[in-house]
Amino acid sequence: MSTRLARGGRLIDRSKPITISFNGRRMPAFLGDTLASAVLANDQMMVGRSFKYHRPRGIMASGAEEPNALVGLGAGPRFEPNQRMTTTEAFDGAETASQNHWPSLEFDIGAINNKFSRFLPGGFYYKTFMWPRSFWKNVYEPFIRQSAGLGKVPTDRDADRYEQAYAYADVVVVGAGIAGLTAALGAARSGKRVIVLEMTPACGGRAVVDGFAIDGQPAEGWVAAAVDTLRGMDNVTLMTRTMATGLYDHGYLMAAQRIADHTPGDGRPKQRLWRIRTAEVITATGAIERPLSFAGNDIPGVMLAAAVRDYAVNYGISIGDRTVIVTNNDDAYRTALALLDAGLTVPAVIDARPTVTGALPQAVRDRGVRVLEGRGIAKVHGGKRVTGVEVCVQAGEGAMIEELGCDCVAMSGGWSPVVHLWSHCGGKLLWDEARAMFRPDANRPPLGADGRGMVRAVGAANGMLTPDEVLTDAHAAFGDGTAPQTNAPDEARMEPVWIMPQGAGPKLRAKMWLDPQNDVKVSDVQLAAREGYESVEHTKRYTTLGMATDQGKISNINGLAVLSDALHQQIPATGTTTFRPPYTPLTLGTIAAEARGEIFQPLRRTPIHEWHEAHGVEWEPVGLWRRPFCYKRAGETTHAAVNREVRNTRTNLGLLDASTLGKILVKGPDAGKFLDMLYTGVMSTLPVGKCRYGLMCNEQGFLSDDGVVVRLSEDSWLCHTTSGGADRIHGWMEDWLQCEWWDWKVYTANLTEQFAQIAVVGPNARKVLEKLGGMDVSKATLPFMTFAEGQLGGFNARVFRISFSGELSYEIAVPASEGRAFWEKLIEAGQEFGVMPYGTECLHILRAEKGFIMIGDETDGTVIPQDLNMAWAISKKKPDYLGKRGQERSFLASPDRWKLVGLETLDGSVLPEGAYAVAPGVNANGQRNVQGRVTSTYFSPTLNRGIAMGLVKHGPDRMGEVLDFPGDGGKVHQARIVDQVFYDKEGAKNDA
Amino acid sequence: MKRYSGFAVAREGLNYHLGWGRAWRNPAPRKKYDVIIVGAGGHGLATAYYLGKNYGIRNVAILEKGWLGGGNTGRNTTIIRSNYLQDPSAAIYEKARSLYETLSQDLNYNVMFSPRGLLMLAQTHHEVRGYRRTVYANNLQGVETEWIGPDRVKQLVPIINIDGPRYPVLGALYQARGGTARHDAVAWGYARACSDMGMDIIQQCEVTGIRQANGKVTGVDTTKGSIDCDKLGLVVAGHTSVLAEMGGFRLPIESLALQALVSEPIKPCMDVVVMANTVHGYMSQSDKGEMVIGGGTDGFNNYTQRGSWQHVEETIRALVETFPMISRLKMLRQWGGIVDMTGDRSPILSKTPLGNCFVNCGWGTGGFKAIPGSGWAMAELMAKGAPGPLTEEFSMYRFREGKFIDESVAAGVAH
Repeated sequence: MSTRLARGGRLIDRSKPITISFNGRRMPAFLGDTLASAVLANDQMMVGRSFKYHRPRGIMASGAEEPNALVGLGAGPRFEPNQRMTTTEAFDGAETASQNHWPSLEFDIGAINNKFSRFLPGGFYYKTFMWPRSFWKNVYEPFIRQSAGLGKVPTDRDADRYEQAYAYADVVVVGAGIAGLTAALGAARSGKRVIVLEMTPACGGRAVVDGFAIDGQPAEGWVAAAVDTLRGMDNVTLMTRTMATGLYDHGYLMAAQRIADHTPGDGRPKQRLWRIRTAEVITATGAIERPLSFAGNDIPGVMLAAAVRDYAVNYGISIGDRTVIVTNNDDAYRTALALLDAGLTVPAVIDARPTVTGALPQAVRDRGVRVLEGRGIAKVHGGKRVTGVEVCVQAGEGAMIEELGCDCVAMSGGWSPVVHLWSHCGGKLLWDEARAMFRPDANRPPLGADGRGMVRAVGAANGMLTPDEVLTDAHAAFGDGTAPQTNAPDEARMEPVWIMPQGAGPKLRAKMWLDPQNDVKVSDVQLAAREGYESVEHTKRYTTLGMATDQGKISNINGLAVLSDALHQQIPATGTTTFRPPYTPLTLGTIAAEARGEIFQPLRRTPIHEWHEAHGVEWEPVGLWRRPFCYKRAGETTHAAVNREVRNTRTNLGLLDASTLGKILVKGPDAGKFLDMLYTGVMSTLPVGKCRYGLMCNEQGFLSDDGVVVRLSEDSWLCHTTSGGADRIHGWMEDWLQCEWWDWKVYTANLTEQFAQIAVVGPNARKVLEKLGGMDVSKATLPFMTFAEGQLGGFNARVFRISFSGELSYEIAVPASEGRAFWEKLIEAGQEFGVMPYGTECLHILRAEKGFIMIGDETDGTVIPQDLNMAWAISKKKPDYLGKRGQERSFLASPDRWKLVGLETLDGSVLPEGAYAVAPGVNANGQRNVQGRVTSTYFSPTLNRGIAMGLVKHGPDRMGEVLDFPGDGGKVHQARIVDQVFYDKEGAKNDA
Repeated sequence: MKRYSGFAVAREGLNYHLGWGRAWRNPAPRKKYDVIIVGAGGHGLATAYYLGKNYGIRNVAILEKGWLGGGNTGRNTTIIRSNYLQDPSAAIYEKARSLYETLSQDLNYNVMFSPRGLLMLAQTHHEVRGYRRTVYANNLQGVETEWIGPDRVKQLVPIINIDGPRYPVLGALYQARGGTARHDAVAWGYARACSDMGMDIIQQCEVTGIRQANGKVTGVDTTKGSIDCDKLGLVVAGHTSVLAEMGGFRLPIESLALQALVSEPIKPCMDVVVMANTVHGYMSQSDKGEMVIGGGTDGFNNYTQRGSWQHVEETIRALVETFPMISRLKMLRQWGGIVDMTGDRSPILSKTPLGNCFVNCGWGTGGFKAIPGSGWAMAELMAKGAPGPLTEEFSMYRFREGKFIDESVAAGVAH
């Protein structure tokens, strides 16, 4: 059984007892425990079920590489599935529950898969579940989905908040073991700005567990001193509980800091995402121990040797009373010594190497422990817990020599450097034959913005495994003088062991787990190779090896060694799969951070926004803006409100908040020339004080934006754009000015937010402005399409006499800070003229009644001005403008293009939005032929009937023809082609 | 080749599955083939498959620089739909979707086509108009889609937040027979079937030159030697421009990295595919239980196939806002694939200026769903040497005429 020892445990605080629960069982633990150590202290070895066969799963590791120990943590709005117990700090009251079983962890119906595992090898589902066809969606897939998946589904909105922060550094050191601390000290002493990131709460890494001395003092003391030194330096920031999750181009490093994960609900953010830009990254990320592949290596109680040691030294935990150690290297003997120190029994060390010498094995022998040379484990006994192992000759086929009773197996297959950050951004690996590992190839590092290497791996992350190698390597990164020295003994080389025993037959191989979470065995990889899935990526995808939540941290190297063997090729010829961010799974909330709810995206408010809010507004999102769709009065429907606004604007006076309209100032000696290229019409000849409507096309010739251009002065033009187009058009202008016409003397400035703009519309428009006084807005002084600047009712105003409604209309811009006051002034002064605000829907109807086009309705990226009968807005004289060449291409110049017309239903109803006019027959692909479509359609309160515009093939030549528009539910709408101007064709109202 | 079935799996199980043979052969290239397809991704393999199946052309080699299915076929978010706006697009994507319906049986390889339904959310009035238009178009094109209201959306996707403060869900374009398939299996299934027809799939074989005489293609130079052919099909997505240059012509294509990611697996909670174009994100749940999430393309041309950060962040924000319960799930893995974007975001299936050389590319962010239809149409084009109804509008010369097939109209971002 696993239990807490009476003493020991350098990371736990025995004076601070806490209680956690696991599957409802309350368990005493101490502050400093992880969830894993907490349950192990209470003899809870089995903590979950595997993904595919639902086999019992125990804790295997003590860190981020743990494949099995995932639990649901918390409840309700703080429930979090798939929480890795080995890296989650225990806290008082933590509720945990095991996953992927029904009805219980101990008795799981899904384990029937295990009974049939022989018939469910890797990739079996590609070969079956095909008949009958409908069964995939309706029977097989739902069943597979139910038995797959892992964690439970959270149901509530997250109760926690998350932050993001930025940091800048010369050097980021990832990992605060002795390698990272050594490198950080060197970098810091050279004056660089240094950030040190450590994923666990404590620094020191493996050295403090292994317990040798550095420069004459115990590792623990050396580490504490180094941390103190770093914390005392102004140019160093050391962050614990911070995981460097991914490295991106140009030294962009993401790091997730756990702030309140272990103190939930204390008001602090749960996590903070650091976005760090750094010139250099030092990866001192250590190495991960490899398991050994022997039959039954997935049974709870079989653990990594270093993890067994960690639990004993760091947490004062005995995993078992009798621990058999199986290894191919010297390091695992440290586990034997640690267990012996704790008073536990080690029946034997099974070493696959034929002869074992060296200081560490000798120390173990000296304490009376048998070392079985050239031996392996043929098979582990046990179901939900190890009960013993069968010892065999490693070089043989698995015949039992002796059986050892035990309740824990500590295995070590050597170590693999953690190369993820090195690899994320293109760093390459080399196969180090002597060390039997992939490690960073210093000659092929990831390159930074300057084309030089931006990452350097040091210590175990660079393949240096003995303490002196580690320190020498890390010291060399920045240091001068001599590297720190240790008293750690020399270690003999490990000997690669990929299968145990070497000659194991198919029966044993089918029980050797490579990936215990996804249930991928040696036999599965061999099957993949046999079936031709020879690329390491094919094998991975076919068997799901390394695709579990641990992303193959412990399984990948063993897997590709087995694959290489099956393909009779060297390991480097097989290569690795790609290391992708993040290093460990990163909470989505941390990525999204504060961008939620109302502030999911920035909200742009016009200066009049709050007034609208207070006056019954129904909002419509337009880009980041919100615009009033209409203003509803008590008891009024949206439709009724819109109709009221239309009628009132046509008969009295309407006010529109047009502040969202793009307003881009274009200024400079070449501004006229520039605008002549940008717009299809001529803007350079526009007299000062005049307005001109203009169209902009993209290079392909398609209409992209429209608006009124105003000549403010000799060298300045003000370009109005659509509300949604302002930023895009400003970017478009700058694109041309910066990339193509960089020698033109033009400046642009987006003044959209500097002005509030109000459209004053209707027969009483002039009257209300005259009442405000201060400027002559008469027809004679300020005729249609002119502009004047002056004072209006005491406000500095720019008055544009333009109209998008067919009514007498002024658009008036005032400084944004005065927008609200000016609006209220207009409302007040307009009372006697029947003033009402109106929204975007009314705006749309007013313009549609007049046959004016709307960007985004009449246009969709495939429409050219000529389609909209707007050839008048295209200069014939100009040698060039953006889109001109595009429009000359045969398809755009074709007479068969669909052109804009008005459409009137025969029964006065409203045509459906987006409906198509059908033509007889079908095309070569069997699709119904079409000859037009509806682009805008509204109920016109002015005309008391439906009106629409549409694009119709040869439309303007077919006035009076009736077209069929199939609508919803089989209904066909019939509409007649008419002139696109429905109201006031002579323009008398605007001319008033 | 052994036929796959539940019975066969059981039979082989008794012998520890030692009896399974190769899914596809691993041959050395011969001197000459009738047809060489460059690119053993989904589109290339499907082209070869339908050349054999529909036209009896089986003396075919498919050359692959890396490993088959290792490009965008193995990197996408596995979405299948045909709710396209423009007629030519709807025709080829619906052809593909309908072939997917029976692909597992046709190939005797379970590609796990799952017509679980697909929703494209409308979150602005503008989108409502756009999707209503698409529904009308689809109904005339023979593509079954419908417009559904917010209540129905909530019913289909219980985990969705339909009344978010910024972009409430106003409805959705719903394609009930849209869905997903297992992307690798599509490539593997086609590869196995091609190999079974006697075609040679040659991996680790990079094309280094295109040989020609009298304006016609005569063969290719590769890292495994020169190989002759009568007809050549270039089906290599992001690297098409590189091959076109070898053939002496240019294509209007830009290559960009498209971002995607998956979460850790959880039990089933979402049965349909949801795409939210206004806020930029789409999500489905794989059979393994991972939430499969697609983002946007990087804002600069590149060939890196790396995951980058900006779009991931933007996409996650959008999805956490749309599906608040995913906030405490974790991103397991992110990656990028290189997509080949044309000026109108529609593909090119076309003859080229080089005689007997054909090109199939430009699927951009939406190629996976098209694989069977693309292969079917490309096979017709190559076999007949002239475009059929499915490919006619997708000629590379349309850019010269301005005859775009612009789908950006309907789908703002995502495919």
